[in-house]
Amino acid sequence: MTTTTLDHHDHHHDTDSIDVFGFWIYIMTDCVLFATLFAAYAVLGTANFNGPTLKQLISLPYVLGETMFLLASSFTYGLAMLGVYKKSRARAVFWLLVTFVLGLSFVIMEVREFMHLYADGNSWHVSAALSSFFTLVGTHGTHVSIGLIWMAFMMFQLLKYGTSAPINRRLTYLGLFWHFLDIVWIFVFTIVYLMGVI
Amino acid sequence: MSDHSAQTMKYGAKAKTLTSYLIGLFLSLLFTFTAFGLIANHVLSDTASYISITALAIAQLFAQVIFFLRLNNTSEGRWNTMPFIFTFLIVGVLVGGSLWIMYNLNMNMM
Repeated sequence: MTTTTLDHHDHHHDTDSIDVFGFWIYIMTDCVLFATLFAAYAVLGTANFNGPTLKQLISLPYVLGETMFLLASSFTYGLAMLGVYKKSRARAVFWLLVTFVLGLSFVIMEVREFMHLYADGNSWHVSAALSSFFTLVGTHGTHVSIGLIWMAFMMFQLLKYGTSAPINRRLTYLGLFWHFLDIVWIFVFTIVYLMGVI
Repeated sequence: MSDHSAQTMKYGAKAKTLTSYLIGLFLSLLFTFTAFGLIANHVLSDTASYISITALAIAQLFAQVIFFLRLNNTSEGRWNTMPFIFTFLIVGVLVGGSLWIMYNLNMNMM
């Protein structure tokens, strides 16, 4: 299926666009997964079983802080990729490290938020609304955490092997994954938090 | 940034540039702060609020897809754009259909 006449001086790269396409299809399936969780939340989000409404439980400034961390990390990942294209291992690792710290900050903030909710008695056991909240937001946070683990591996690989073709390809996959998670977060903060407050 | 290094990596999108990421960041920040500002300050009516933050979310989606993910209509990018559009068709059916069904169930079983 290596299609057309690729005027490539490096035939090793012929399958790259196909490989990235494959990963992109995985991202699309992940998108469908999140869509179903959003649908469940849309249906159940008001079923709070006469407990507190989400509006009473969330802090918009806090969520704005989380959003800034994640958005910044998506941007700095782009800077890391620019370093990769310039074959600068140092620049790539530096910006990946920044991205990692920003992403970790997001996760820590989210874990704190979950712990507070749980400690106050607002756990996922309590109502359908909270179940769907924790499932949706928690699934996103889990994806981010796994992305961080992957990112740590990639930083290690970059340091050890430099900006080789396979590593660049993997960094492209991770980039797709990371940008995708920020996009999902746009909808999480809009639909769960902002609409929760209206 | 030399074009040569950008071309040796054809990943189905145009060469990534710093400008693209900066524009994406600026737009995302703009849309995010606008949305949070509208809600936190109760500027609009409820209905108008729902519509405007939805529109802002979709706008930010496009900004990030175009400027961060670099999804566009080049001959290579088109292969990636196609499943993207298809996915949103599926998502539309899934989410819209679920909401429709659950709304009807709720109405009919009340």
